[in-house]
Amino acid sequence: MKNAVGREIPDFLLTNGKEVYQGKNYMDGKYIQKASPRTKRYETPQESKLVESLADALRACGAKSGMTFSFHHHLRDGDFVVNMVMKAAIEELGLDNLTIAASSLGSAHDPIADYIEQGKVVGIQTSGIRGRMGEVVSAGKLPTPAIIRSHGGRPRAIEGGEVHIDIAFIAAPTSDCVGNCRGIGGKSDCGSMGYAMTDAKYADHVVVVTDCLVDFPNMPASVEAIDVDAVVVVDSIGNPKKIASAAARISQNPRDLMMAENVAKVIASTPYFKDGFSFQTGVGGPSLAANLFLEQYMDERDIKMGWAIGGICGPMVELLKKGKVGKVIDVQDFDLDAVRSINQTPNHFEMSASQYANPANKGAFVNKLDFVVLAALEIDTGFNVNVLTGSDGVLRGAPGGHPDTAAGSKVCIIVTPLVRGRMATVCEHVVTVTTPGDCVDVLVTDYGIAVNPLRPDLVECLDSAGIPHVSIEALKDKAYSLVGTPDDLQWEDKVVAVLEARDGTILDVVRKIKPYQLDG
Amino acid sequence: MEVLKPAAAGTLESSDAQVMIEPGDGTISLSLQSSVMNQYGRQIKATILETLSRLDVTSARLTVVDKGALDCTLKARVECAVFRSCGASEENIPWGGAVR
Repeated sequence: MKNAVGREIPDFLLTNGKEVYQGKNYMDGKYIQKASPRTKRYETPQESKLVESLADALRACGAKSGMTFSFHHHLRDGDFVVNMVMKAAIEELGLDNLTIAASSLGSAHDPIADYIEQGKVVGIQTSGIRGRMGEVVSAGKLPTPAIIRSHGGRPRAIEGGEVHIDIAFIAAPTSDCVGNCRGIGGKSDCGSMGYAMTDAKYADHVVVVTDCLVDFPNMPASVEAIDVDAVVVVDSIGNPKKIASAAARISQNPRDLMMAENVAKVIASTPYFKDGFSFQTGVGGPSLAANLFLEQYMDERDIKMGWAIGGICGPMVELLKKGKVGKVIDVQDFDLDAVRSINQTPNHFEMSASQYANPANKGAFVNKLDFVVLAALEIDTGFNVNVLTGSDGVLRGAPGGHPDTAAGSKVCIIVTPLVRGRMATVCEHVVTVTTPGDCVDVLVTDYGIAVNPLRPDLVECLDSAGIPHVSIEALKDKAYSLVGTPDDLQWEDKVVAVLEARDGTILDVVRKIKPYQLDG
Repeated sequence: MEVLKPAAAGTLESSDAQVMIEPGDGTISLSLQSSVMNQYGRQIKATILETLSRLDVTSARLTVVDKGALDCTLKARVECAVFRSCGASEENIPWGGAVR
């Protein structure tokens, strides 16, 4: 059946009440039945929950074949925990038929590709998928399609019981002997632990994996001991150099800066740019640089930012310390400045993924956002964005909070160069729709600005501010005139991944790519 | 033009292409790798063959590793490799003639 963004969704996926994407806010007012975990009672007082090894922790939690293990990605490309746990489960306990439900996966998890090829890991549910795992999943090596969700869609699916977590593994920079965890104070600090919070509350069993055991009580705890079955101390949970970069630097690339300046101009032209406005930006070159230009407009008009959310990095912490933003609420940290600031700088708070972006709760932070500035791999003339699949159709990205912030915010601005090498960023049809066009408002490129016709109010704002803009079709034509019109990708029928919209409907599917025949 | 000896032009930088050319056996044989193969493989191949035909090259073995080069870059790299392969890259390049 065709969905609201024109994608054909195969009928075999539309069972158990699954629907195709119907448009923004379709689920508004409906009810969700929350699932509840079956958890073990620990009535006899325990001095400690420390166990010797991951294998012991798995046994203590009754690990068996067919289970779903969950992970969170705050250690980013430095993470050791996913590989360690899966190795213990598969190679020490001999388990198979396992499903990994992670908030994201990266190239740090290349070894999992082997377990997929061996048939030990049979299910992947994640936001991000890259590296070798992206390649084996794209090659159709999983018996069931991978499920890709946004950062808000994931807690919705967990709370609604669509994902039942048998054992959640918490990668904890610090923990005490009963499992109160924090993201700071250790040797592999990650700051916020926001993506782990829903897992800990909804999993049957919770295992904390730490490399820095601290005195009880480790407070204020991001994951609380009341939800934890076992604590394992390992040599290292991750490579600190890859967990947080030294500092997210603002781009010096003149093209990025020009686009960033135009983003700030667009923001300043709208009525939402007033004292107390709210803001989120990605950490890509031009998105991050927008902070710099926005600050100039804030000074000029003598207004302050009320609050900022998101994945947080140094430049935002800097604004907080300068008193130019009231509060920063943080689900993940990208650099050491942000890691060191959370819960230390006054008004820098931690939040859960559900609080950040879940569309099925009673109002996540994204719903109060005025502006979000995001990047894109591709955007098509329907303003649909792809941040998941490359131009060869292989999985190598992550929706992350993109669809959530785009849907929740009053103004969603996509900033991207018109072409990257020979790839047209602005195109006729994106390979995969990860953020639907009805949530995207303005596109800023190095060759011009386009406003979604669904937002005549913003067209008026740009016009009265004298900001030139063109149709998105004109930008697409310009891109194709530079790089040529791309051939359509050739797919097989087999679905290798299902892209869920944040509300749980099906936005798109990724099929197996046909081997390319130059002379075919 | 006749390909007399092996020659190369271009780099493996992003947005460039590396072209290696050797004397052929009376035909054109092309081995092409590209970072944008699925979307542009057909057009890249056509551009390379057109360029060879414009230079009257009828016998050559080419290995092209494309890193997302635009058509103008591909043409320039193929032309340069051909000229180098027949010792014609130092002087009398036919600007405005076969090279346009």
